[in-house]
Amino acid sequence: MFLDILIMLILAYSFGFLYYGLYRNISARVHGRFGPSIAQSFYDSIKLFTKDTSTSFGWMFYAGPIIMASGALMTVLFIPYLNHGDSLIGFSEYGNLIVVLYFMVLGPLGNALGVGSHGNPFGAMGIIRGLTRLIGLEMPFYIAVIGLMIASGTADIAEIMASQKETYNIVAHPLLFIAAFISFLGFMGKSPFDVVGAPAEVYSGPAVEFGGKFLALTLSQSAIFSFAKLLLMVNLFLGGADNLVDLVVKTFILFLAAVFVGNVYGRLTTSQSVDFLFKIPTVIAIVGLMFV
Amino acid sequence: MQEGFVSYINDQKDMAQASLEADTEGIKNTQTVIQKAINWFRARSMFVVAYGTGCGAIEMPPVFTSRYDIERLGVVGVATPRQADIMIVSGYCSLKTLKRVIRTYEQMSEPKYVIALGSCAINGGMYWDSYNTIKKLDDYIGVDMFVTGCMPRPEALIEGFVKLQDRIKNNNIEPGYIKYKEDYQFYRANQERLFGKNIAPAFIEDYTGMDI
Repeated sequence: MFLDILIMLILAYSFGFLYYGLYRNISARVHGRFGPSIAQSFYDSIKLFTKDTSTSFGWMFYAGPIIMASGALMTVLFIPYLNHGDSLIGFSEYGNLIVVLYFMVLGPLGNALGVGSHGNPFGAMGIIRGLTRLIGLEMPFYIAVIGLMIASGTADIAEIMASQKETYNIVAHPLLFIAAFISFLGFMGKSPFDVVGAPAEVYSGPAVEFGGKFLALTLSQSAIFSFAKLLLMVNLFLGGADNLVDLVVKTFILFLAAVFVGNVYGRLTTSQSVDFLFKIPTVIAIVGLMFV
Repeated sequence: MQEGFVSYINDQKDMAQASLEADTEGIKNTQTVIQKAINWFRARSMFVVAYGTGCGAIEMPPVFTSRYDIERLGVVGVATPRQADIMIVSGYCSLKTLKRVIRTYEQMSEPKYVIALGSCAINGGMYWDSYNTIKKLDDYIGVDMFVTGCMPRPEALIEGFVKLQDRIKNNNIEPGYIKYKEDYQFYRANQERLFGKNIAPAFIEDYTGMDI
């Protein structure tokens, strides 16, 4: 069990950062430049872990990133990596999709608590943007997930994966997939929904006062969390993975789709993204729910 | 007289080289494998806060764009000094600017490095007799790398970054932030000469053992 969890976390950390490195590299190629090495995000992470932290704003400032990191770790541990297997399942026997959805919100809340304890207006602005956007993101995603739960007759992720043996949910419930995919783009924090940490507007937003080790923790949890989200989408809509190669291929395809969408569209403002998310994906999800 | 001057210059060069090599030997021997690995990662990943003053504010941005693409060396721009490893001061500093430069520099967490871009930040450049600008940035904060030119091309700045990476990797020259801490009284006296008491409180680290 312990070894299983350790391997799951190492895989999530490595793939999270590898995908982030690929994101930077692919974006660079889209811009017509060479781009950083794929391992660049690992270098950044290790360097930041060896850097000093010069600021202190009380204990909540330090607790914030730790709550975020625990939210990300718990999310990844409650999602089984492989289909009908005994290994790489973590705690998924003890919890279901509802627990995962609950843990997914823990990160932004921890972030808000940590950022709220320092007085930087850009941090507060980033958090307000993030939480407002979260309202828009949750609506279509939850409706899509409820649709899947009704269709499969269970909230257990392993059983939802098992129920897709014949046809994947992406084929059986395409409208639910489209709605969930648009919110997934937002959850990944990439363009067009990257209004939270916009560098030119709010000076990296919530992370504005974090430096050194706490920034490293924030980056690591965001890498792990993005892998968890990829994993959840693969499990819910692409039938899960039979082995590790299958897992890498499926998560990579989904990730690539997110990267290309991010590179094509510009950034929406907070009100635009909430408007968009409430109107288009939510309506698609509700229509999809009718066909379940 | 000419010959005497040349030999004097050569002697000076030899002495400087010898002292540099001695320093290098001394520091290199104390590096452990872990320190070497950490230095390698530090050299490979640089977060830059670009303090744009003067014409450097125009010459710096191309370095980050598609044409010169400094990101391939692991250099990226960040928005806040808290996250930055490197500060580029890109030109002349008026007194008003210098105050902000010092404040930004002191907000960065260690290890931190400074690149002074252009003649104005090195010796005053065309503003050498101006009533309102400083001549030598190195008198006020610890500068690690000077990039000469008026204004330096983006290629020159990239070379500055590469040299700085080598220096961090080999750890053979004392970084500016350590000099700033050790000789803080010197830097603080220079700052107070310009601003009087009208600046932020003194930057005090417990382990420097100074009483200011």
